[in-house]
Amino acid sequence: MELSLATRTVGEHTVLEVGGEVDVYTAPRLRERLLELIDAGARHVVVDLGRVDFLDSTGLGVLVGALKRLRTADGSFALVCDKEPLLKIFRITALDQVFPLHPTVEAATGAGA
Amino acid sequence: MATVRLSFSPAPVHVRTARLVGVAVARRAGVREDLLDEVRLAIGEACTRAVALHRQYGLTDPVLVEMSDSGRYAVRVVDRAPIEASIGLHALNADQLANESLNEDDLTTGVGFALLAGFVDDLQVRPVDEGVGTEVRMVWPLNR
Repeated sequence: MELSLATRTVGEHTVLEVGGEVDVYTAPRLRERLLELIDAGARHVVVDLGRVDFLDSTGLGVLVGALKRLRTADGSFALVCDKEPLLKIFRITALDQVFPLHPTVEAATGAGA
Repeated sequence: MATVRLSFSPAPVHVRTARLVGVAVARRAGVREDLLDEVRLAIGEACTRAVALHRQYGLTDPVLVEMSDSGRYAVRVVDRAPIEASIGLHALNADQLANESLNEDDLTTGVGFALLAGFVDDLQVRPVDEGVGTEVRMVWPLNR
């Protein structure tokens, strides 16, 4: 399934809903969108991975890049993910210790993310 | 003896095709259904790594994927990059991952290797027997 990207605002948070496959081919589009959002002034970004079917190292690299960029800009970055296969990927790579991970958008936006 | 052999020009767009073929052959061979997500991810990571190496070295040679199911499901992903490119392949810990000075390419390489090592019990990365290049060899048991 192709990558889908949709943005909405929840309070002071910008929520990017990602769907489909995030891999070496589609990850550049995700990077581009995140950079556009940050360049446009978004400082509290939540990426909702709820409809992601596949996520590889390239996609994870893009997400870490956004986290670091926002941290430098005194912003915040959090992920929404409740699918066990994806959570396993975060655990195996130790990225569960790097990203704030939340089960729902409500939890991510209400947790001061 | 390979049952299915696929070679593709080193472009990111073809990695998805390799994943789809790899999983289809795994299912047909009798790999347990609950392992197929891991097969898909591991083949994707091995092919992504090969494509990245070919692009890094300006190589237009195809990336080769061989799948065989004699007794177990074995997948070989072969690149043609100089062997030194594979040295230093290691997983990163949380502190290294969060380090500001780590660039995205190095991070992706480390994370990719962590995924391969984490999802494949029987994994080998070694020089090819003939010519220049490395093969990533992954084996899964068959449920039959």
